[in-house]
Amino acid sequence: MAYLVSHPDEVKVVSKRFGMGATNLDRYLELDGYKAVQKAISMGADAIINEVKASNLRGRGGAGFPTGLKWSFVPKQSAKPKYVLCNGDESEPGTCKDRLIFEHDPHAVIEGVMIAALAVGAKSGYIYLRGEYRYLLEIMEKAVADAYARGFIGKNIFGSGVDLDIFTHSGAGAYEVGEESALMESLEGKRGIPRIRPPFPAVVGLWGGPTVINNAETLASVPHIILGGDEWFANLGTPRNGGTRLFCMSGELERPGVYELPMGYNLKKMIYDVSGGMSKGRNLKGVVPGGSSVQILTADEIDVAMDFDSMMKAGSMLGSGGVIVLDDQMCIVRFALRVTKFYQHESCGWCIPCREGTDWMKKTLTRFHAGGGVAKDIDNLKYLAENMLGRTFCPLGDAAAMPIISYIQKFRKEFEDHLDGKPCPYEKAAEAALV
Amino acid sequence: MKFSDQLEQRFSTMVTHYPTKRSVLVPMLLYIQDEVGALTDEAIHEIAQRTELSDLEVRNVISYYSMLRTRPVGKYNFQVCTNVSCLLRGADDIFEHCKKKLGIGNKESTPDGLFLLEEVECIGACSWAPALMMNYEFHENLTPAKIDELIDGLKKKEEQ
Repeated sequence: MAYLVSHPDEVKVVSKRFGMGATNLDRYLELDGYKAVQKAISMGADAIINEVKASNLRGRGGAGFPTGLKWSFVPKQSAKPKYVLCNGDESEPGTCKDRLIFEHDPHAVIEGVMIAALAVGAKSGYIYLRGEYRYLLEIMEKAVADAYARGFIGKNIFGSGVDLDIFTHSGAGAYEVGEESALMESLEGKRGIPRIRPPFPAVVGLWGGPTVINNAETLASVPHIILGGDEWFANLGTPRNGGTRLFCMSGELERPGVYELPMGYNLKKMIYDVSGGMSKGRNLKGVVPGGSSVQILTADEIDVAMDFDSMMKAGSMLGSGGVIVLDDQMCIVRFALRVTKFYQHESCGWCIPCREGTDWMKKTLTRFHAGGGVAKDIDNLKYLAENMLGRTFCPLGDAAAMPIISYIQKFRKEFEDHLDGKPCPYEKAAEAALV
Repeated sequence: MKFSDQLEQRFSTMVTHYPTKRSVLVPMLLYIQDEVGALTDEAIHEIAQRTELSDLEVRNVISYYSMLRTRPVGKYNFQVCTNVSCLLRGADDIFEHCKKKLGIGNKESTPDGLFLLEEVECIGACSWAPALMMNYEFHENLTPAKIDELIDGLKKKEEQ
């Protein structure tokens, strides 16, 4: 079970039922449960989409695409059935927020899927959880079964005349499946090889039908928007970045944990106030603000607002909300090696730039960190990474390349300090760091 | 291979959830593995028949997913996360401690087949790092003492 934390600056929307026993359906109903979906039924599809558009809700999985706009791409008429797919394959290193939603507020996810389905005219929704999240799958299965037993899902939901089925589905270990097209392949019982786009899932998705795919946190936000109103939600955040965000604070911090803060909250405050600053007397070296796929910020660059647009301006990305804080005992080359090892392991091998690029980067970084580096390796690494950018079906190639380029750009000296066969000068135990 | 009642029930329910039979494949493979211990040739053949796929097509899917295995694993599978958030909080030391305590290396099993040790990618415990997963069970904010306690407890349980 994941531990809950709290801070006075938090604005609890998605997390407001955490720790309140809302896995129990009666308790959930006491806490305004299933009111949003009933309101959504009375609003009708167009009004739901407009409400979500005006709320400035943007995808919480990482890309930050406007949710209402995504829903509006689904054709009204379709010969093939339409689907809603909840992405709970949470695998981005540094990210552990969807876990809390499934654990503490499973019915909110169901309600979010229902509202999305009403908005686009889907009759089936799937909630896909990564295979490692077995205890959460069990919680979700029970929540779905309870909702069926009350008649909240199934035939003629809340007397609307609409039939809607919701199913849970388990993955079996694959980071790449968190990418929307690979996710659909996996749900269809195949290897999670990404699909070329266009066509986008909103037009040709699951089994060829129009499909809306949203992250679990995105969908769990939707009922709150329907009940609280678009204006309220939009005003919680910054312009074009509505609402709040679950930020997963990790690293050597005094109070790591998942905090729900308004969009646009200052990153420096997030580290020094909310998370209590660095622990063990360490100093801050850099911050990876949105999961391991995004560019690093140096200690001097963190006085920035945490929303999608501000982070782009700062040269990084808000990503999945995984704020990874590096301290001065972490060698940047070692860090780069671990990140690259991950992407090399997770690359499906379909696109050559990603398959070969991650492998060569891993080999180079392994040798480099062990003291076998030569000066031209540094530019070669950057060159390799730059040639992966934009040349793959899915964003895994970019995700592997972008961080490495940023580490070299911002911490070049640390790379250079590894040259001439010197042992890693940044670690207390360099020998233990060899992979 | 004949499905147990539990697997039979899983399969017959799940197959009604999707427009194609093969859509049950990934979760069903995991459920079979949990029960049988591994995806044996017989198990692969059985699920292939039921989903109207060739054995080879099923194997092709299995090889993509890191949790799916064709060879038996330990009774207690220690999967230690060493990805970045755990790395920052001493995952390397934790992994080394597990190796020493169990007397085995990465992806190895103890001779009695009880324990398997494996270094894995991010398990979603970043804010509670360092962490490991033992048969779907999260163990977080790890220290060497916590690992000793866990392993000694399991050994004791086995002796009884």
